[in-house]
Amino acid sequence: MYTTELKDKNQKSAGLSLADEDPEKLAAFEARVAADDFIEPKDWMPEAYRKTLVRQISQHAHSEIVGMLPEGNWITRAPNLRRKAILLAKVQDEGGHGLYLYAAAETLGTSREEMIEALHSGKAKYSTIFNYPTLTWADIGAIGWLVDGAAIMNQVPLQRTSYGPYARAMVRICKEESFHQRQGYEIMCVLAAGTPEQKRMAQDALDRWWWPSLMMFGPPDDKSPNTAQSVRWRIKRETNDELRQRFVDTTVPQAEAIGLRVPDAALKWNEARGAYDFGEIDWEEFYAVVRGEGPVAKDRNHARIRAWEDGAWVREAAAVHANKRAMRMAAE
Amino acid sequence: MPGDDTLFHHALRLGDDALVLGQRLSEWCGHAPMLEVDLALANIALDLLGQATHFLNLAGEIEDEGRDADALAFRRDVLDFRNCLLVEQPNGDFAQTIARQFLFSNWQELLMREIATAPEPRLSAIGAKAVKEIAYHAKFASEWVVRLGDGTEESRSRMIAGLDWMWRFVDELFDPKDGAASLRAEWDARIARTLSDAALEMPKPRRGAMGGRAGHHSEHLGHLLTEMQFMQRAYPGATW
Repeated sequence: MYTTELKDKNQKSAGLSLADEDPEKLAAFEARVAADDFIEPKDWMPEAYRKTLVRQISQHAHSEIVGMLPEGNWITRAPNLRRKAILLAKVQDEGGHGLYLYAAAETLGTSREEMIEALHSGKAKYSTIFNYPTLTWADIGAIGWLVDGAAIMNQVPLQRTSYGPYARAMVRICKEESFHQRQGYEIMCVLAAGTPEQKRMAQDALDRWWWPSLMMFGPPDDKSPNTAQSVRWRIKRETNDELRQRFVDTTVPQAEAIGLRVPDAALKWNEARGAYDFGEIDWEEFYAVVRGEGPVAKDRNHARIRAWEDGAWVREAAAVHANKRAMRMAAE
Repeated sequence: MPGDDTLFHHALRLGDDALVLGQRLSEWCGHAPMLEVDLALANIALDLLGQATHFLNLAGEIEDEGRDADALAFRRDVLDFRNCLLVEQPNGDFAQTIARQFLFSNWQELLMREIATAPEPRLSAIGAKAVKEIAYHAKFASEWVVRLGDGTEESRSRMIAGLDWMWRFVDELFDPKDGAASLRAEWDARIARTLSDAALEMPKPRRGAMGGRAGHHSEHLGHLLTEMQFMQRAYPGATW
């Protein structure tokens, strides 16, 4: 899963100006990035680059962890043993992705605990897509097909992102995401070829997940102030609108192939552009979901906080025990 | 041996134990005390689901009435489930989950070692694969018993409470009717060793709760099945 970079308005400048950086070091850094060199944890980097990366990688990690909840909602109700095992393995993969990403972000000097605190306090964001509910089994198919499909579009370029630990984490993650996307589409294929109830379930899931999936690529380029800087620093490699267009062009034929209708009256193949034209995204809804106004956002947040607080005594016990053991070994 | 009732019930018991515990553990997914534990519990649940699928498919094959693992998992009611009471106990807090896993995996490992050498080749093949997985489950649970027992005051009292609750379901594991009684001495020794590492005492003996192997379960199993079987009940005959 992937979160597009989301920024709080008051976080926007964060008082970090490139003018404060050593011009020589900055020039050398910019040259390395422009030459597609990887930047490693011990290398010099501008503070704004570090901050942007911590925000983006931790948002991505949080999205993986919060993303376990909507799909986890169906593990205990999966319709057969094979689907149950696949779904459990998939949600477990997402936890693993969260782990690699927290580790990558930690190389920039922010601890996992700090990042988790920021998530729980609402200071850090995660992908808006997980603030939609999973109502039927078909939603599990739609999430794999559309949400993981959108994630792959976003993530493939990040395997060449300029920060080494992030790029390497993305290589591992991308391999697993393509499996997730295929299993989701396969669920949809089976439903679309099934009983009338199953077809209805599949169409309903596409109707509900289509627009939120398009929103996953973030605001349009002319309203995305970070894009230019992030592209220059190779933190991002393609713009939001480019990636969104690619997603539409790939996904529409997949829906048609299994007889599902994409819920967009304005959707039309544009021969001249060699691409689909599509309707206007409801950005009001997007920003409302970013602000966490819906009931599901509250549920997700409570579930994460509860797991963390209920587990506090376990983490404390593990730390105390490790300490006791170390002291006993030292005494021997 | 088609229709071999003893073998059918044997495979069913093994499959149901793994299925019900796998289902229980999967409830933790996304909610565990830390990410590493979340991944480990999901791993164990996946192993158990795999074992359940193999054993239940075998049971269906022996029965020879056209039921596969899915039919057995999703279309039987409580009276026909043959799992032990231990595995259907709710997760409770993390200490209770660990207590259940610790008692069960240590037993299941010893049992599966025997099964791996059973004369019935289909059974022994599943057992041989499972025994390696279960050795990890037993190690994971035993290490957590030690961490919690030898951690803080709170973790220690929770671990004691978890073991105390789960202990009443131990005797059923060694019910002579199922032929597992011979494993008791080795199991006791393993449990005692870990509890001693954790500076915990053996729980007080208590009258064992029985009935799971005869289909008489706790109230919890009905709710677990209601959730697990929902799709197959709501959409009979559909394929997924």
